[in-house]
Amino acid sequence: MEYFTQQLINGVTLGSIYGLIAIGYTMVYGIIGMINFAHGDIFMIGAFIALISFLVLGLAGITFVPLALLIVLVVAMMFTSIYGWAVERLAYRPLRGSFRLAPLISAIGMSIFLQNYVQLLQGARVKPLPPVVQGGFTVMERGDFTVIVSYLQIVIVVVTVVLMGAFSMLIARTSLGRAQRACEQDRVMAGLLGINVDRTISLTFVTGAALAAVAGLMFVIYYGVIDFYIGFVAGIKAFTAAVLGGIGSLPGAMLGGILIGLIETFWSAYFTIEYKDVAAFSILVLVLIFRPNGLLGSPEIEKV
Amino acid sequence: MAVVPDAPARSIAPGERRLDLAAVLKEAAIAGLIALALGFFIIGLKTDTVPGGLALKGRWDWVAIAVAVVVAGRLAIALRRQMRPQAASARREEIANRIADGVKTFARYAGPALVVMAVAFPLTPFANRYYVDIATLVLTYIMLGWGLNVVVGLAGLLDLGYVAFYAIGAYSFALLAIHLDWGFWVALPFAGCCAALLGVLLGFPVLRLRGDYLAIVTLAFGEMIRIILLNWYHVTRGPDGLSDIPRPSFFGLEFARSPEEGVETFHTFFGLDYQSLHRIVFLYYVILALALVTNFFTLRIRKLPIGRAWEALREDEIACRSLGINPTNTKLTAFAIGAMFGGFAGAFFATRQGFISPESFTFIESAVILAIVVLGGMGSQIGVVIAAVLLIGGTEVLRELEEFRMLAFGAAMVAIMVWRPRGLLAHRDPTVRLHQAGAGGGSPP
Repeated sequence: MEYFTQQLINGVTLGSIYGLIAIGYTMVYGIIGMINFAHGDIFMIGAFIALISFLVLGLAGITFVPLALLIVLVVAMMFTSIYGWAVERLAYRPLRGSFRLAPLISAIGMSIFLQNYVQLLQGARVKPLPPVVQGGFTVMERGDFTVIVSYLQIVIVVVTVVLMGAFSMLIARTSLGRAQRACEQDRVMAGLLGINVDRTISLTFVTGAALAAVAGLMFVIYYGVIDFYIGFVAGIKAFTAAVLGGIGSLPGAMLGGILIGLIETFWSAYFTIEYKDVAAFSILVLVLIFRPNGLLGSPEIEKV
Repeated sequence: MAVVPDAPARSIAPGERRLDLAAVLKEAAIAGLIALALGFFIIGLKTDTVPGGLALKGRWDWVAIAVAVVVAGRLAIALRRQMRPQAASARREEIANRIADGVKTFARYAGPALVVMAVAFPLTPFANRYYVDIATLVLTYIMLGWGLNVVVGLAGLLDLGYVAFYAIGAYSFALLAIHLDWGFWVALPFAGCCAALLGVLLGFPVLRLRGDYLAIVTLAFGEMIRIILLNWYHVTRGPDGLSDIPRPSFFGLEFARSPEEGVETFHTFFGLDYQSLHRIVFLYYVILALALVTNFFTLRIRKLPIGRAWEALREDEIACRSLGINPTNTKLTAFAIGAMFGGFAGAFFATRQGFISPESFTFIESAVILAIVVLGGMGSQIGVVIAAVLLIGGTEVLRELEEFRMLAFGAAMVAIMVWRPRGLLAHRDPTVRLHQAGAGGGSPP
């Protein structure tokens, strides 16, 4: 029971990270119907920017942890979102209205490019970061096994929940959110009604990248090591999460992220750690076969 | 507000040839600022591993260079656009189309000519070990491209996990050859069958999915196969890989300098001096033959009902279903046949290398093969050849640039897509579209 609770806590933490990345996939898919294959690498770049800004802050002598976290969060979100914008502008916008596979291929090319770009400029070795937030609560204790919720896990889950709330408000209440939902339904009509479609799509990429940057920051402080390759696997899993929750649905992306995090953690805890990715992918296949629209997605009617 | 997304807003009307220097400079300055922001952390601050953590090293000169390049490039593009407002892109498109048409017209004659050239190539004096090796590699990718072309180009199924079949072919061949002592030619069909069987097994549950989902599921399958190969240690020997895979023999004649007792070798049988080039040239011919078989098969099956059904299915699945074509079975055959050719290529890869490990079957391989098919122009056989020569041969020639190779590869993929979204030699003209420049996602695949 204690072991189970501990794994549950770990799983939810990991799931929060996946969920934040998954939102980027789900929004982009919702609005332009393409898999933004480079999104995982945007997450990786966010992690690198967070790591480097931690080091810069360390040199600058800012050691008050909450302040440092806040600064890094803002910096990483800002700079990563510029990457999101640039990727869309360079690799996807010229292909808008082109045939279906073109943006996907372009995205794969972009993903390869970004990975090698970071590898070349920052080196291929793993980058360690000393623990930023330490300590935690003891929730349960029996015999020699204690269930611990670390402060870090609390930070991760709280930040995720706050961002999710803010983001849902953004989509539901602001004019940008309205424009986004309108473009999702019918881009031509939205354009005719005076919505700047290009700008809306750009902003979708920017917000997606900002959330991926948050995920990157959390990844770097949670695991303490990153390399240029983390974006690939995390990207596929986050996409799996988006599909699992129902692509196009924001709560679905978060739910899917948490589920994938839990599945992965429990699989590693109770079965074999080597096959945890296989478990996550098998879930993807099963969901697609039995519930192609995901858990919270609305069915899509094919019109002739 | 104009909604035509792929016609960027221009500051001057067409025909008006006035240079708006202020606008150009502003555009370049903005581009420079963005480049500065992009490069600030990743280029400007290098993390170095030192004892006890990481150290930062400033590289502001690199950032300055990057920004300067971006500003100059943006300036050039903006100036060019102002000088010749609309014509440039349209004319470029037209020229490229004409070249593509020309190539297609000549493909009828060029095809056989290319085959003759390929056959004659090892006999020419400049065929040294290095060039024959590169040519073999390019041919392997051409074969893989042709195999995947059946799935992607003809049937319109986006497969991002093609490397799984390549891997299955390689591993099943290696295991048969090592444990059962089967020769290359006997094991080859089995390797192909294993891959095709796997294709059917994988394809059966997932082929009902729509295009993008299928892509991601095949990608997941590719990764799953790799993870299994990596962890199933007592069969695949995991990350250590399988070594000592037997080399193919020439009708029972081995290529070896000093054979075992009683084994006749190629050079003694033909009374030649031993040369290691013999085996390399032989391998070259093997893959050439395999690739040509793939090509011939594809060209013929296109004209059969099943091939027609694939292409019809690519164009409109609902119409096909109404006309009594079983979409699942039709897709499954395409998937299985594509997988079979992947398996053949894998078996060849295993026998050529003599050593295989899961390292060789990563997602990047799938991406490269898919890139060859799509960049060449989906469904175009000659396009695959051109794309394979450009991508594989090109990056192979650039090997001195080692680290920049994949960077250039990724950038080239994006650039070619932006320049010609339908590939260098698009096989068919775009079908009639309802909305010009299709702002919606409604254009057919």
